Amino acid sequence: MIYLELFFSFFQIGLLSIGGGYAAMPLIQQQVVDIHPWLTMGQFADIMAIAEMTPGPIAINSATFVGTQVAGFAGAVVATLGCVAPSCVIVMTLAYLYYHFRNLTMVQGILAGLRPAVVAMIASAGLSIVFMAFFGQRTLPADVSGIDLTAAVIFAAGFFCLRKWKPHPIAVMAGSGLAGLILYSIL
Amino acid sequence: MSGKAQKYWTLFTSTFELSACTFGGGFVIIPLMRRKFVDELHWIEEQEMLDLTAIAQSSPGAIAVNASILVGYHVAGGVGALLTVLGTVIPPLVIISLVSLCYTAVRDNAAVTMIMAGMLAGVGAVICDVVVTMTKGLLALKRALPVVMLVATFAAVRFFGVSIVVIILICGLIGAADTMYLASREKKMRSGADGGSGQKSSLVGEGGGRS
Repeated sequence: MIYLELFFSFFQIGLLSIGGGYAAMPLIQQQVVDIHPWLTMGQFADIMAIAEMTPGPIAINSATFVGTQVAGFAGAVVATLGCVAPSCVIVMTLAYLYYHFRNLTMVQGILAGLRPAVVAMIASAGLSIVFMAFFGQRTLPADVSGIDLTAAVIFAAGFFCLRKWKPHPIAVMAGSGLAGLILYSIL
Repeated sequence: MSGKAQKYWTLFTSTFELSACTFGGGFVIIPLMRRKFVDELHWIEEQEMLDLTAIAQSSPGAIAVNASILVGYHVAGGVGALLTVLGTVIPPLVIISLVSLCYTAVRDNAAVTMIMAGMLAGVGAVICDVVVTMTKGLLALKRALPVVMLVATFAAVRFFGVSIVVIILICGLIGAADTMYLASREKKMRSGADGGSGQKSSLVGEGGGRS
């Protein structure tokens, strides 16, 4: 039964991927290329490229893509449900615990200890994205002369506007996309 | 529309809107949610948003989905959580379903590549902005420990590839130990000669004030 297989494959991906999209990539590959003959390696590379271009979590994007390829729109829905089912159960339990116990001094202390870690992890993810935009890779290359100056200008302008006028982040993202279209076309 | 139905609808449309805009990975959802639920709707407090981020990050699954569940649950219980999951999942479901019909055309389209390159730089700016704001919040506590932990965690994640689960566990333990230390110090101060107004600063800081 193809729907059950889709559901359980993406259930496993949802259950085992901790720490965001890039951690999920090898798991997705294992499920849809190695274990099941749903995608070729070339198609898998395509879906990863498309997942980065389109909004939404990578795991959900690939669930939809694989589901559609294998069993049409119903397949997409089943695969997506499988992907979010573990989150629903686990995170709702944690939400219940958090809102029940967060007034305890000890729980507040533990949460306070997590805050700097959260900021640091977001900072690291942000840095990866900035390097990706500037150099096409997630780490700082040894030779920084290959920097994409257009991207650097868009980044600097966006950051300046955000600090100075606090516009809506979505406006900054849309403006950056438009700036990219215009600047890359004329340069 | 009744107040409750209004709340459900706002939850669904907000997460739908945010999900349709989360380009460049799950972390973008954090500044977007902060703006929507902390600044605009006032459903969530600033510190609470950081707690929810920590939970979303250390749970399995997509960060955007996890964060939506937490917000939905907080605002309107289990029903709220289901609505926010739907709101988060439907945009990528629809977009990818459409894109998968003609994905090679999308992948090879020069205009799409240019827009995406620009947007990636914009997303970087949005995340850097929220990091600066959050770091300022930590510095405002005027304690060395959070700053040391910030730098140490950054190095651990960035340069040593330490797993998120390990980091969350260690930082939670440090937070617990710090709480015990502060409590015992406060006790000592109170039993001391002048008693009076002991230095009652903790990691939780002045922003605590939770009900």
